[in-house]
Amino acid sequence: MKDIAQLLAEIVGQEYVSTAPEERYFYGRDPGLMEPHAPDYVVIPKSTDEVQKIFRLANREKIPVVPMGAGLSLTGLAIPLKGGIVVDMKRMSRILEVNEMGRYALVEGGTSQGALKAYLEKHHPRLRHSIPDAPPTATIAANVTIHGQGRLTQQYGFNSDLVSGMEVVTGAGEICRIGSCALSPDWFSKGAPFPDLSGLFLGWFGATGIITKLGVKLYPRKKLRDVEIFVTDRGDLVPEMVYEITHTEMAEDILAFTQPKPMMFKDNHHVSFYITGDTDEELEFKRKMIWHALDPYIKSKDGGFMGIPPMMKPVLLESPQRSASKLADVKRGGGFEYSGPIVMLEKYPECTQKLEELATRYDLAYSGMVRVIDGGHSVMFAFAFAFNRADDDMMDRTRKALEEVSAFVLEIGGLYWKPTVEEQRLAIQHMDPNTWKLMEMIKANLDPNRIMNPGNWEVY
Amino acid sequence: MQYEEIIHRCFRCGYCKFTSDYTDFNCPTYRKFRFETYSPGGRMWLIRAWLNNEIENSERFQEIIFSCATCANCVEHCVFTFGEDLVNIFMAAREDLVNKGIIPPPVRDYLKNINISGNPYKEPAGERGKWADGTAVNPYEGQEYLFYVGDVGSYDERGKRIARAVSNLLTKAQVSFGILGEKEICDGNEVKTLGEAGLFQFLAEENISLFKELGVKKIITLDPHALNAFRKFYPPLGGTYEVFHYSQVLLPLIQSHALPLREYRARVTYHDPCYLGRHNGEYEAPRKILHAVPGLEFVEMDQHGENAFCCGGGGGNFFTDILGGGDDAPNRIRIRQAHETGASVVAVACPQCAKMLEDGLKAEELEQSLEVLDLAEIITKASA
Repeated sequence: MKDIAQLLAEIVGQEYVSTAPEERYFYGRDPGLMEPHAPDYVVIPKSTDEVQKIFRLANREKIPVVPMGAGLSLTGLAIPLKGGIVVDMKRMSRILEVNEMGRYALVEGGTSQGALKAYLEKHHPRLRHSIPDAPPTATIAANVTIHGQGRLTQQYGFNSDLVSGMEVVTGAGEICRIGSCALSPDWFSKGAPFPDLSGLFLGWFGATGIITKLGVKLYPRKKLRDVEIFVTDRGDLVPEMVYEITHTEMAEDILAFTQPKPMMFKDNHHVSFYITGDTDEELEFKRKMIWHALDPYIKSKDGGFMGIPPMMKPVLLESPQRSASKLADVKRGGGFEYSGPIVMLEKYPECTQKLEELATRYDLAYSGMVRVIDGGHSVMFAFAFAFNRADDDMMDRTRKALEEVSAFVLEIGGLYWKPTVEEQRLAIQHMDPNTWKLMEMIKANLDPNRIMNPGNWEVY
Repeated sequence: MQYEEIIHRCFRCGYCKFTSDYTDFNCPTYRKFRFETYSPGGRMWLIRAWLNNEIENSERFQEIIFSCATCANCVEHCVFTFGEDLVNIFMAAREDLVNKGIIPPPVRDYLKNINISGNPYKEPAGERGKWADGTAVNPYEGQEYLFYVGDVGSYDERGKRIARAVSNLLTKAQVSFGILGEKEICDGNEVKTLGEAGLFQFLAEENISLFKELGVKKIITLDPHALNAFRKFYPPLGGTYEVFHYSQVLLPLIQSHALPLREYRARVTYHDPCYLGRHNGEYEAPRKILHAVPGLEFVEMDQHGENAFCCGGGGGNFFTDILGGGDDAPNRIRIRQAHETGASVVAVACPQCAKMLEDGLKAEELEQSLEVLDLAEIITKASA
């Protein structure tokens, strides 16, 4: 053990290697409900070269390697299930380039969402990236690795769809460029018009390699932005309401949420949509188009626009929304976890019904939230439960509720988003065997010694 | 441990590490050590683990707990309601460690020196008022204000220069004030933040008794740390005074021309001391003073006001140096931030910050292009 720590120290510097119980404790768990498992080492590299050297050492010694951004998946994806080396990427945080005309940013693998947002606001105020509502310490690379979503997902797809190039270190320890940057100095495409190799790494949770540089597409930041909320007590109508809004192609972002508290929200479904514009006229045009699309539901008395209190509007317009994290303190207990399967929009009523049923059966505080993806081709439905970290029974009930969600997702033909290892196992069991065979072939080639985030995407 | 009932509520979301606009990580210990364990969330989770006997009290655990600069950036940016108690929680954990007697040697030495000598420098009490030799400062004998200088202003060479600058300005403006000289007792702010509650109570009660005996009603402090102690920690023990930082007294004197200013040409940025700014909400008086100086070009650092990056000296680190050393020592980072503004002067309003930043200046080898001056020293130059 000591020799490995010394070798790691020679790579990243003594001060950035730890085998101490304190780091082994902290890096062995995340804020969710997964069982902890301590790493043997935690390292914090500064460069791609250092990452490659770590990988070469790990391959030689057959030591597991687990890449980590901010460790906020909640589903244990950065917990080192088989020990080994946790590679905390957050010292690799430089913003290397912003191409204003090409609308992309090139960042290092540990750059936080918050840092890119702040940088763009200061230096490129006409550009923005698809920032998620995860805390701003979440890293951009880890987010695309889990197919994260953000404020522009409704318009342009998963954040992983917005990648414009990658530099990776494969599990075998090779530095490899993916996309236009493989043969061009510019980072404008992750694949097309050549074979798109980004899929060898996106969605793998670091089980095939680690992203050390990332190109991300940027989009226009309009001068004005507003939000409206349409309320209905007809959950069965929510899919078609969202469909009508997406048909207008006027909305930046579309969310739907249902929760029992405060009382004014109980038994209602809230469809919130965001609109943007460079002028009041543009904003009003978009607003009117959506109003018109929803008008039939007002006339049939199935819904209406909610007056948003002035105090609430800044909260809703904030990116990322601090209020999203506050769900963790609903039970004054520092915890919430959600299963956020990717499902068809039409499944919304079934999902809300299931959520309320589970919350009642397990006596849990809950919130259901939908983010529309790519114009409505799918949605992420978050079955979110708040729990008290100091209440073992409540934590156990939350685990059981989420286990039922896992089974339910397969029943309704959904896909797990950032699945736990148990959900990965279920997915492997139920997927086309040849699909799994193909995944196995990819894994065997990119990570021949099976050192990368072991336990994930494997049969055990 | 006090606050034990809320320690589990941290979600370790990390908002506490940032500035409000997310420009950069703003927790000085996290910036230096870069392990999550040295962030506020890390401390919360480790304190809980320690209370639950999941980890032991090790040298590293002590370093994690005692390196906190108590700068309150986490308090400012935590999204949860319990966030206002984050620094208090870390102080409570220190108190528990102190009570158990297992603490880092520099912390032990600091507390021991205060206990034995009444100051961290192991200097005799008789030396306390020597900084005032050659000035027109009088002993406190019922004047309007007590000018409380504190340990750093009394014994540290850099601090003494600032104490003289402030007292000379107060004298020039004919402010009625006096000092305690050899009767002055440590205010105890760092004793309290380092977790020695018993010693703090003793010091506070001694001071309260002395102030009562002398009829002290109004206090001007040189050091924002003392300001903090007098304002926040003394009232529950029966010591309630009108307490001012010297910048708050100098500002109206400048505005009323009791301290007339002449031109002083320099590009100046200002470093907010954590115990003046985030802890006590005073951001404006120092800036207004600088804006009042003719010819002075004021420029802000990106991280200023409630987002100011700490010099690394708070929470006792000025004396224990647990947070010092290396390229990413907070004082060096702060100096680099100041240098980026193109300023030729970093203005400070705290003798601890002055010393910390001057050390950072030397380590960064920027003495040729940048100078650390206290507000009082700038006013002195402008009124020469």
